[in-house]
Amino acid sequence: MTDLSKPESDAIRARQRSRARVMALLLGAFVVLIFAISIVKIQLGYG
Amino acid sequence: MSSASTLVPTALPADWRDFLALTKPRVMTLVVFTGLCGLLAAPVTIHPVLGFTAILCIALGAGAAGALNQWYESDIDAVMKRTARRPLPAGRMDRQSALHFGVGLAAFSVILMYFAINLVAAAILAVSILFYVFVYTIWLKRRTPQNIVIGGAAGAFPPMIGWAAATGDVTLMPVLLFALIFLWTPPHFWALALFVKTDYANAGVPMLPVVAGERNTRIQIGLYTLPMAAAAVLPWWLGLTGNLYGVSAVLLSAVFLGLAAHVALRNSGADDAMLPEKRLFKYSILYLFLMFAAVAADRWFA
Repeated sequence: MTDLSKPESDAIRARQRSRARVMALLLGAFVVLIFAISIVKIQLGYG
Repeated sequence: MSSASTLVPTALPADWRDFLALTKPRVMTLVVFTGLCGLLAAPVTIHPVLGFTAILCIALGAGAAGALNQWYESDIDAVMKRTARRPLPAGRMDRQSALHFGVGLAAFSVILMYFAINLVAAAILAVSILFYVFVYTIWLKRRTPQNIVIGGAAGAFPPMIGWAAATGDVTLMPVLLFALIFLWTPPHFWALALFVKTDYANAGVPMLPVVAGERNTRIQIGLYTLPMAAAAVLPWWLGLTGNLYGVSAVLLSAVFLGLAAHVALRNSGADDAMLPEKRLFKYSILYLFLMFAAVAADRWFA
């Protein structure tokens, strides 16, 4: 990344940060979903 | 690579919104809705959390199919006005990212469907994604004007998947719901193809108006609407649904038949605004929404 100018690397960093934030939200939602599915399956007697 | 002005769009990692655009969110709304109605119409109730998961898997599977479609078709999309602003032809994303995203999302949706719901729903979901990508996008779309007739099957799977998610099997009712969307697709899409004809011609896609001419397309729209209306009324006639659905199906299909007959019997002049075709296209979307709402309402309120 050393050959990139400051505005270029800033733009890339900003894009990476926004993607990482969305990915974190999706992973968090996935964890909650799997937890909910597990609880329901246990309640329904599949567990 | 010395100043910001030389920064080409593809040098940036694609924005997350472009990945979202790759999933064709507007097409997904109809897919999610028909899938949900298939699930609600089933004689077995499913736990809301599992129902939500099933619909999520259908949506993700449809999104994956849309992404893989755009990955394969970026060359066609680039020369059509309607699609030129999509992430790949506009240069906001490289093709490999789209391919990886599509394959990953497809695998994720099918695996989650299998573990959270059941094997039947996961299998139909996998078949529908593979059908859309390989049979429709790669095999048929560029080769035959019948592309959307057979390709329409891919869009007809969601209510069947929804039903299978709730019951674990497939009976006559979900097959009839499949038939309704399958037979609805040709008049719906050919109405669109009539007023964006030049776009498809420029892209070299053998849409019916391009290959067989406008008159022929109009006749085909009229002809396909007849079995579509029959498939719409059949569940009521066979006693699989109540009168709420039956009356809705008869009325909504009668309007569809009227609009399709208008399109079938007219010829466009020079600089024609194609209003009856646009009206049929818009109504066809409303029709499918209302028909599936009627399927679900009939099961829950009638």
